[in-house]
Amino acid sequence: MSTAAAFVAPTIDWAYLVPVIVVLGAGVLGVLVEAFVPDRHRRAVQVVLALGALVGALTTIVLLWGDVQELNGIQVLGGSLVIDPFGLALQGIVVVLALLATLVIADRTSTGQDAFAPTAAAVPGSAYEDLARRRGLEQTEVFPLVLFAVGGMMIFPATGDLLTMFVALEVLSLPLYVLTALARRRRLLSQEASFKYFLLGAFASAIFIFGVALVYGFAGSVRIAEVRAALLDGGGLDGMTGLVLLGLVMVLAGLLFKVGAAPFHSWTPDVYQGAPTPVTGFMAACTKAAAFGALVRVLYLIGSALPPDLQEKLVVALWVVAILTMVVGSVIGVIQTDMKRLLAYSSIAHAGFLLVALVGFGELSGFGVRAVVFYLLAYGLATVGAFAVVTLVRERSPQPQAAVESPVLAAVGSGGAPGSAGASGPAGGGAGEVPAPDGGAILGEATHLTEWAGLGRRSPWLAGSFALFLLSMAGIPLTAGFIAKFTAFGAAVAVGAWPLALIGVLASAVSVFFYVRIIVLMFFTPSPSSGSGGAAQGSQGDEAGGPVGTSAAAALAARVTVVRSEGFTTVAIVICVTGVILLGVLPSSVLDLALEAAKFRP
Amino acid sequence: MPTVTLLSALPRVGELGALLPAALPTQEIVPVSTIVPGPFLLAPLLILLPLLGAAILLLAGRRSDRWGAWFGVLMSGGAFVVALVVFFSMLGLPADERVVDHRLFDWIAAGGLDVGVGLRIDPLSMTFVLLVTFVGTLIHVYAVAYMEHDPDKRRFFAYLNLFVAAMLILVLADSYLLLFVGWEGVGLASYLLIGFWNHERANAVAAKKAFIMNRVGDLGLIVALMLMFAGFGAVDFATVFADAPAAGTALLTAIGLALLVAACGKSAQFPLQAWLGDAMAGPTPVSALIHAATMVTAGVYLVVRSAPVFEGAPTAQLVVVIVGAVTLLFGAIIGCAKDDIKKALAASTMSQIGYMILAAGLGPIGYAFAIFHLVTHGFFKAGMFLGAGSVMHGMNDGVDMRRFGALSRYMKVTWVTFGLGWLAILGIPPFSGFWSKDKIIEAAFVPIDGQEWRAWVFGGVALLGAGITAFYMSRLFFMTFHGHKRWNDGSGSPTGPLSTDGPVQHPHESPALMTIPMVVLAVGSVALGGLLAIGNGFVDWLSPVTGHAEHAEPVLPVWALITLTLLLVLVGVLLAWRQYAVSRVPIVPPHGSALTRAARRDLYQDDVNEAVFMRPGQYLTRSLVYGDRQMVDGGWMGLAGLVGATGEKLRGMQNGFVRSYAATMLAGLIVIVAVVLAVTTGTGS
Repeated sequence: MSTAAAFVAPTIDWAYLVPVIVVLGAGVLGVLVEAFVPDRHRRAVQVVLALGALVGALTTIVLLWGDVQELNGIQVLGGSLVIDPFGLALQGIVVVLALLATLVIADRTSTGQDAFAPTAAAVPGSAYEDLARRRGLEQTEVFPLVLFAVGGMMIFPATGDLLTMFVALEVLSLPLYVLTALARRRRLLSQEASFKYFLLGAFASAIFIFGVALVYGFAGSVRIAEVRAALLDGGGLDGMTGLVLLGLVMVLAGLLFKVGAAPFHSWTPDVYQGAPTPVTGFMAACTKAAAFGALVRVLYLIGSALPPDLQEKLVVALWVVAILTMVVGSVIGVIQTDMKRLLAYSSIAHAGFLLVALVGFGELSGFGVRAVVFYLLAYGLATVGAFAVVTLVRERSPQPQAAVESPVLAAVGSGGAPGSAGASGPAGGGAGEVPAPDGGAILGEATHLTEWAGLGRRSPWLAGSFALFLLSMAGIPLTAGFIAKFTAFGAAVAVGAWPLALIGVLASAVSVFFYVRIIVLMFFTPSPSSGSGGAAQGSQGDEAGGPVGTSAAAALAARVTVVRSEGFTTVAIVICVTGVILLGVLPSSVLDLALEAAKFRP
Repeated sequence: MPTVTLLSALPRVGELGALLPAALPTQEIVPVSTIVPGPFLLAPLLILLPLLGAAILLLAGRRSDRWGAWFGVLMSGGAFVVALVVFFSMLGLPADERVVDHRLFDWIAAGGLDVGVGLRIDPLSMTFVLLVTFVGTLIHVYAVAYMEHDPDKRRFFAYLNLFVAAMLILVLADSYLLLFVGWEGVGLASYLLIGFWNHERANAVAAKKAFIMNRVGDLGLIVALMLMFAGFGAVDFATVFADAPAAGTALLTAIGLALLVAACGKSAQFPLQAWLGDAMAGPTPVSALIHAATMVTAGVYLVVRSAPVFEGAPTAQLVVVIVGAVTLLFGAIIGCAKDDIKKALAASTMSQIGYMILAAGLGPIGYAFAIFHLVTHGFFKAGMFLGAGSVMHGMNDGVDMRRFGALSRYMKVTWVTFGLGWLAILGIPPFSGFWSKDKIIEAAFVPIDGQEWRAWVFGGVALLGAGITAFYMSRLFFMTFHGHKRWNDGSGSPTGPLSTDGPVQHPHESPALMTIPMVVLAVGSVALGGLLAIGNGFVDWLSPVTGHAEHAEPVLPVWALITLTLLLVLVGVLLAWRQYAVSRVPIVPPHGSALTRAARRDLYQDDVNEAVFMRPGQYLTRSLVYGDRQMVDGGWMGLAGLVGATGEKLRGMQNGFVRSYAATMLAGLIVIVAVVLAVTTGTGS
């Protein structure tokens, strides 16, 4: 009896866990749905469940906000989770962006097919896969997987100890690895991307957990609050500076991998390209938000507790990473010819801009946190929106008969060559073609830049919203991206890091080139189908778009079509457009909220 | 009520010329008032009307095709009416209450950064507002006829309205940040308008070139914004200008130079001038509005508006003057060799803005004249562009002046209005240009800080520029309207040696909708300069913003300067007359001297840009990519013994790159740790 008496059950403030529980619970329910709900209704149930869970989580977050503000945060589960204003705000951003991304994921478009493989387990190009496709199977496990990932992302920025952070990292990563492998088209490319992501992710996780071990070696605890206390205490630091510094750098390296900062960025283009486009949007927006949340927490709670001389070293390292990230993202982005890869490099560059806002962590600059929170929202909206547009711009095969026979060869051809991720042609393997009105079959996304030529004439609204997202990413005034960049660089200038801000401005000026190039392509370059001579058109594309464009690629553009959304994607795009404009024109209230979110509880 | 104020202010209008100076004889820069007089509350409408017009036209789509054009005219005209109301009520105020900040709402207001959206309503901004809305409305009217047969006419007017709104934001902003919004807005609108006929590839490329060159300039503005934020903690005019006198010269010089870069980009000044000529690919009304009267002069506005910053940075001012002087000559030389009528006018614009920038760099003595010349230039150059459009309209959209000639007989109105603009730009008294340009030349001849060499150099350049201007503008005028017919009139009996090839032309006068705006602008070209110069009226009107200049004597007496200028102008005109009106102009351009050939190619500006910026840029990207993909991959092979062992297994799984990715990560981590440790020893903790 005495043992039972000695055990004190922890009091758990369940109320503050509701958002996370709703999402993860819905994920578990989703798995049960897979097992018990008949085929016909499964998809509808999953969509409703996923969207409902996310809306529910968002509602509870909004309801909790005032309470958490008042308490200035609360520790739950004995300190494993910390629901403080910052954590809750990040959860809110993740849920909002996930909601939009889920809308895109759920859309089957007018082709009636979603973006996922009919049977992910089948060998690409096998007869079994062919059969599954013809029978119209669908992989509705996508939805629970997304919910699990979202659950991990919600825990990630709100953890009170490094070990829980690690668990959250894995919880969010594992579903993403699977989701990456699920592309309906270009199966091998997708699986290759997934495998790369998994290997490199595991590598990064190992670095992270090694860093945690080193930090534990110094502080004797993995609790962030206790590590902080031990650092502030300072007494035990003698002879251990190397240990704690190395540990911290490794922890940060693990997190920097997730945000896609250089030199830990190499996975980003391949994975963004290989993953099904709706998943790419989800990954790019939500993972970045969650990982930056964790990064901010580690920097602000542990980094700022370092003695000044050590802190300075960390700041220098942060400078190096930020500059490298901005330069790599902006400069290499300039020569990309694949839309998804280009957006991947853009995402890398944005990670750099976000890091710029964080160099003031040592002074606990609330402006830095405000900038990050705002930036994540602004960037996330533009990114989800941009990838949503990409899902609708499709290739069309000229000869329906030939296309039905070719997918096997094309799929193998595109994925078979070593390092094919960058080299595979845009038409790498269609699967399950749907006849287009004019006889051709609708294939996968038209991701080669030349295929976007003249889109503005054929689909002005779609191209217009895409242009808006690009302008926001470029940081043109009256869009969310401008305010985001302005506050981020402003935060850096406020702590005296103006050279870094200057480099940021220069890098973003470079990145403007590739955004503008796409806008030029969409609105000012005639689409080859409207022209006369193929060769002449090719040389035109060459000059107008730099390295983009050969006559062969230009000829491809003739086979580009825009599919109609079922409605989900349209809703998502409209919300993103509205958000980008509102945050650009009237950002005050959101900036105020973001500043309120700049509070931590160790 | 605005109307009441308007009426009560009306009696003063008659006095406009003579009355203004009476207010304060020796004015200083007037402090900003935040009390907004009633009629000024209408000022937001200035921006809202055209913005609304653009929004409605763009959103209504094809439904508004029928009434879209006139709706655009109405919105722009409405803005002009509001501008008049505000202007007259401003005239009703004493001079020291004319500078008003009208805060509308908080934009970015949280913590260390507090930026609101507000309007700075003062004589300088009102001058621009009147110019933009008046000339803008005229050009809207002109475009109704010019674009009559274009299926996308409605979209064109939407963009025009958008441009007017953005330009008004630019000049009415009360902070550099809001100015930046307008700055980007006009850039975007001009991008859309230049590329309006984007089915032609050259236009699309020109649009892109304009946009990118402008972005380089914008970078300057962003840097200036950051410097201001770092130095003053604010970016609004009131705070920055109040704190500027106390700030260090280094900071002010840096801000000034950054602002100059911005001005160069927008105003096509050396070395960012290359885009203007290509931008002529856009429809002619666009060239008249954006590339003559308004947007390209935004750089001059920026420099004059930032006067308190430049006052504390003599070095930056000197650079401004140099840029102005170089561009002035640069544009003039290019203008002498261009055969495309619009490109010749563009070169002339570049050169005239060079005059304005030069004046703006001279300090208080030049500010008012820079703006003065800007206003008169806005009229006569817009008029000439519309004239060029009218000529093109009558000549099947031809632009080659070597295939014009003797058009004065066929297009009387165009000929006369163009001729008046020509006399104005030459600076013949009493036409508009004389009053403004001559003053700039005079001001350039005033030694600054007692440095006589500056007076002689810059004065000399301005004087020489006047002579060259006379030559190339006369060349343009004579080649187009006088001399021999060099086009095929279809009669079969050649009146000139080379006139029977090419398509048959039927030159004819343009419809009234096109000629009326030209006539109105021509009236401005004739009389505006003289009117505004009466009793020094315009200078005193601006003095609450620009301050009152100390009287200073040029190194040569004023009468001598005027005589010299007129003599040079006369020589220029006579040379042009002899070569292009009396003797026959060959249809095929002669080989020409080295300078002519260079000028035809815009003095090799594109080649320089390509060699200095584009190629190294491309090289940099390629080598970086090469580094990212090849060197890391290859270079790490040696070190990757350990990683390689794992890699051997992975290679069988067609992962060409994972090992190198992992190696990159590991190497990156090692480098970061090394950096951290290196810094540790560096500070010797």
